[in-house]
Amino acid sequence: MLLIRCPYCEEDRPELEFRHAGQAHIARPANMAEISDEEFEEYFFIRQNPKGLYFERWRHIHGCARFFNAARDTVSDKFVKTYKAGEKKPSVAKPKAPPAKRAAAQPASAKAAPKKAAPTKAAAKPARKAPAKRASTGGTKTRRGANKP
Amino acid sequence: MTAHRLPKAGRLTPAREVRFSFDGKAMTGLDGDTLASALLANDVHLVGRSFKYHRPRGILSAGSEEPNALVGIRRDAARQTPNVRATVQEIYDGLEAVSQNRWPSLSFDTGAVNDLAAPFFSAGFYYKTFMWPKLAWKRLYEPNIRAAAGLGAAPDEPDPDLYASRYAHCDVLIAGGGAAGIAAAVGAAEAGASVILADEQSEIGGALRFEAGASIDGQDGWSWARAQMAKLSAMPNVRVLTRCTVFGYHAQNMVVLAERLTDHLANPAPEMSRERLWQVRAKHVILATGAIERHMVFPGNDRPGVMLASAARSYLNHFGVAVGKRVGIYTANDSAYYAALDLKRAGQKVQAVVDLREDPKSAIVEEARAAGIEVLTGHGVVATNGRLRVSGMIARPRDGGRERSFSVDALLTSAGWTPSVHLFSQSRGKLAFDAGRQIFLPGENAQECASIGACSGMEDLAAVLDAGYAAGEQAARKVGGSASSTMRKVQSESWSGGMVGAGPGAGADDTSRAFVDFQNDVTAKDIRQAVREGMRSIEHVKRFTTNGMATDQGKTSNLHGLAIAAEALDKPIPEVGLTTFRQPFTPVTFGALVGHNRGALFDVTRRTPMHQWAENHGAVFEDVGNWKRAWYFPRAGEDKHAAVARECRTVRAAAGVFDASTLGKIEVVGPDAAAFLELMYTNPWQKLGVGRCRYGLMLREDGFIYDDGVIGRIADGRFHVTTTTGGAPRVLQHMEDYLQTEFPHLNVWLTSASEQWAVIAVQGPKAREIIAPLVEGCDISDEAMPHMSVRECRVGGAPARLFRMSFTGERGFEINVPADYGPAVMEMVWAQAQNHGACMYGTETMHVLRAEKGYIIVGQETDGTVTPNDCGLDWAIGKKKADFVGIRGLKRPDLVGGGRKQLVGLLTKNQKHSLDEGAQIVADPQQPKPMTMLGHVTSAYWSPTLGRSFALALIADGRARLGETLFVPMPGGKAIEVDVTGTVFYDESGEKLHG
Amino acid sequence: MAKRAKAAMPAASAFPVPRRDGVLIGRMTASPAVTVTPGGQASRLSLRAPEKSRAVLSRALGLKLPETPRATVQAGSRTAIWLGPDEWLVLDDPDVDLMAGMATVKALHSAVDISHRNQAIMVAGPSVEATLNAGCPLDLSETAFPVGNATRTVLGKAEIVLWRTDAKTFRVECWRSFADYCFTLLASGARDAAMG
Repeated sequence: MLLIRCPYCEEDRPELEFRHAGQAHIARPANMAEISDEEFEEYFFIRQNPKGLYFERWRHIHGCARFFNAARDTVSDKFVKTYKAGEKKPSVAKPKAPPAKRAAAQPASAKAAPKKAAPTKAAAKPARKAPAKRASTGGTKTRRGANKP
Repeated sequence: MTAHRLPKAGRLTPAREVRFSFDGKAMTGLDGDTLASALLANDVHLVGRSFKYHRPRGILSAGSEEPNALVGIRRDAARQTPNVRATVQEIYDGLEAVSQNRWPSLSFDTGAVNDLAAPFFSAGFYYKTFMWPKLAWKRLYEPNIRAAAGLGAAPDEPDPDLYASRYAHCDVLIAGGGAAGIAAAVGAAEAGASVILADEQSEIGGALRFEAGASIDGQDGWSWARAQMAKLSAMPNVRVLTRCTVFGYHAQNMVVLAERLTDHLANPAPEMSRERLWQVRAKHVILATGAIERHMVFPGNDRPGVMLASAARSYLNHFGVAVGKRVGIYTANDSAYYAALDLKRAGQKVQAVVDLREDPKSAIVEEARAAGIEVLTGHGVVATNGRLRVSGMIARPRDGGRERSFSVDALLTSAGWTPSVHLFSQSRGKLAFDAGRQIFLPGENAQECASIGACSGMEDLAAVLDAGYAAGEQAARKVGGSASSTMRKVQSESWSGGMVGAGPGAGADDTSRAFVDFQNDVTAKDIRQAVREGMRSIEHVKRFTTNGMATDQGKTSNLHGLAIAAEALDKPIPEVGLTTFRQPFTPVTFGALVGHNRGALFDVTRRTPMHQWAENHGAVFEDVGNWKRAWYFPRAGEDKHAAVARECRTVRAAAGVFDASTLGKIEVVGPDAAAFLELMYTNPWQKLGVGRCRYGLMLREDGFIYDDGVIGRIADGRFHVTTTTGGAPRVLQHMEDYLQTEFPHLNVWLTSASEQWAVIAVQGPKAREIIAPLVEGCDISDEAMPHMSVRECRVGGAPARLFRMSFTGERGFEINVPADYGPAVMEMVWAQAQNHGACMYGTETMHVLRAEKGYIIVGQETDGTVTPNDCGLDWAIGKKKADFVGIRGLKRPDLVGGGRKQLVGLLTKNQKHSLDEGAQIVADPQQPKPMTMLGHVTSAYWSPTLGRSFALALIADGRARLGETLFVPMPGGKAIEVDVTGTVFYDESGEKLHG
Repeated sequence: MAKRAKAAMPAASAFPVPRRDGVLIGRMTASPAVTVTPGGQASRLSLRAPEKSRAVLSRALGLKLPETPRATVQAGSRTAIWLGPDEWLVLDDPDVDLMAGMATVKALHSAVDISHRNQAIMVAGPSVEATLNAGCPLDLSETAFPVGNATRTVLGKAEIVLWRTDAKTFRVECWRSFADYCFTLLASGARDAAMG
């Protein structure tokens, strides 16, 4: 059972009190009724599933009941940072590459090396995409979606 | 006293005898004995039969790594535990143990025929043999293999014991109570940290139990351990858990322990938990899990009487039992010499020490020679004699030469010590291979932990103790404690030396039976064969041979198997890989894992405030989610059908009283409440007057129906929202999500009020007359309080929210009163209802009545892919609204295109036929399979009002098919003919709703 | 929120005050280690408000609404428990009409009567932490969870509000239909905790 730091309760709390709520920083378009099929597809259906750094939503449902955001490394399953809803996506250092300690011991490590580079690439992807998407939907103009920048 | 219990050896008290039985034979042991030590004291070495070949097997070890001596322990018919390690089970008065995997008896087992057929049962046998013919697997092979397979027998009766679980937190958790763990506990505890020290044995002490040569500060090791135990137990910041196995190491130092509380007791108190699962969150974890001695791999190494050298020392030095009178030793390391010396000092004969090492340079070797023990260096044991007990060992120089035969009744082996890195590996720490010593050791930590003592490769007791104290202090300092260490005088034994893989006589070309894994009957030859047949990774070798896959998880066998595979592949060991260490470290009972969560605590059972009232009136209940809901109220002689038919007729003719308390209720409060509901529901809310209600339809963003319910406006900024019974939590979550993250600018708050209110529905033409005498402060005439309105008033003296609404098609009221008042108000309502010929009704009648009106139930008519239009609910969508959740989803091409399944009614041509919910509907029952399926039946009932069956269904382009005849194919080839109709079967104009 | 659908809600009634049937009637488990008993009736308010309303609401309630996680503030029979950044659980004696007290407050807020929604269970005794830890994963040592601390958390499969009222006494608040489950789990935990 993981411990998750709730940014509102300002302490680590057991995972049992939390509920996962999908990818973070996807703002609901303010002009929802007018968006194109492609924009709707992008907004509603398309989600990242990166190996490495991932920004996601959680709710401290059995605690303070607040939704908040988290940066988590999907490889190590470690939370890098949690922060309140509405706060900007933090700049988080890319997860450290796994220690190369066993390189000598494992013949497969040479082959695995290029694979291990993949997570950082994938992790960078949503960071590039999100602002573009916001611009296309004009999500920042109204207060709507203010907590999901 | 038994023959093999030595009068002056061991630490048990001779006077405290314990009676037990093995395979029905009465025996005595001593208080403190394990079943294994007690059996050995009775000169019983044959304890079980092996899994595959049914070979006679004895006791290999004195600990939880035991692969051979698995027995069944029986207290009574319901308390029979299979596959218990005799080396772990403590005896108590009246203990009954039985051997396993043998028939008709342990000494004569017909299954041993497998052993004769061994050449055919080699590695991969099952994979290769039972492939063809295909059908034979299902009908012949699998049933027979299943009948023959499996160890032990589980009881047929429910487990009558109690179990418990507990969360705990501490500064320092120490896994393992040997010298290292004790030192760490003392170091951490004296520095002020809160400490949990867990050990799987009945007493802490670890290897000090058998290390007669160890002393600490002038005390022998075991006495020192006792003194430390006394000290630790007296400290308020320390919890010492014995008989407690640390079996799992999860993320962020969540460590899981299984504590056995009663398995060693003759008459445990009935309120005692048999086992307790601990889930410990530790700031620091100290792993002091020790090392496990490996056996030597040589032909005939599985005969009863062949045993680990350290185990023989435990039996002698702790339990006072000599495992043999003529003992042979086969070793590749120093520590086995102590066994030879201990046994010789105890008056037993040591026939020879066979040491595989060419020239071991160690004081202990010289000591053995000086004591007159014959030491054969550079020799290996290449065969053993005996059937149900070893009777001889044959040694020869490792590179060939003259064989020598020794008469032995016990053969003690040691190939060295394998550090127990199981928990470290579970913590995701990286293992490092020590090529010099051929062992895996803890490398880089992945969590806040430290590995100390034998599990980290330490051999010297003084170093172990120093590391232990230091680790304890360090851990304590990290959480704010301070150190207070002292130097100690330590006398230590030598553990150096060791080998992995097969010894001489079990070499590459040898076909002899040199066992690597005793529990799964895997030999060195099997592993080599796996490599020959193309297995390259140890993961493949493991699965092909089943090496290490038994319940002992290869604690004694994995490293040997790996070394043999590496040798056959001609690769260094680390390149062949290491199989994953998985939890649990040792088997854990389901009882321990389940803990408190059985019976009434298996899941939450939710009952409404009026549950007892319904029970008193004979209700039959059904489960709806976690709720118990009154299903129907049968009178004497009525079955369900009759009761429901009567209830339906009575409601339509007079009235009925129904407990609707389980409906979800959310109080939406704030100046922007209406604006928020505009976004959450398809309907318009801004203009809904105070005191009015509206049916609300909630979509997900994709346009599909998510929930529905009636919403009443209590005040400008206060709405009473109802949800479906099952939908309450997810609707609140859905609303909170949008409110907190998409619409945080709205000044509105959501509060679950589901359980604040008891809800009594009174439905039927007489509903108003029934409640009228109870209502105060509210005009409930049709004019003053029309259909779909809500008032705050008093009912029966209780403050109430009174809704005029209907889910039956009749004039109806729903009385909401604070939950504690529910039963009292229900009794008053029922007293009035009886004056008007009304009945009480349950959920089944509610379903029939609503279906007659074509009202949908979310989750029955809908399945997450149904739109409002599909259900004919377009009227519920506010056409002028600029936004609501789902507004865009509804415009998706697939949702507006033709061919969608639409809700329609179905009437069978034959009125007596009834349909099954979920049944598929086709246009042409003669069409060859696969038929084109047009849709399915969502609800099907018998209507007493219509005097016939009827159904609702989702059918492709259903509304265009009104009047068509379709077919519902049934099992057996018949198809039921149905007419497609509208969805409203009763009072289509709706005039009854309005009175 | 002036206009309400209760124009005629009478303060007095021709009926006697109806009987109140709570849950857990007669339930009790006791040992020297720990006792588990149902709490009595109480008035309860779910109070929600933005920061700017806090001062006005505090004055109306006669106590300073706590502003930090886990905090509780007591004044006389009344207690306010911080549950979230804009959420409090207000508890008082059963005869106190908390809703009436809030009716005149103009500051932005939401007050919902949940007196009957919750049931209290009192757990007390030397083994109180071990008893609660049968289902609650929090560190309940006095250093980690001192007297006066309260929080929403879980007890097995139920959500609860847990409040340490003194060194060896906790008040558990759960929804009424979960009370049977919570009580049974606490009784089971108490049985085990009494063993050590």
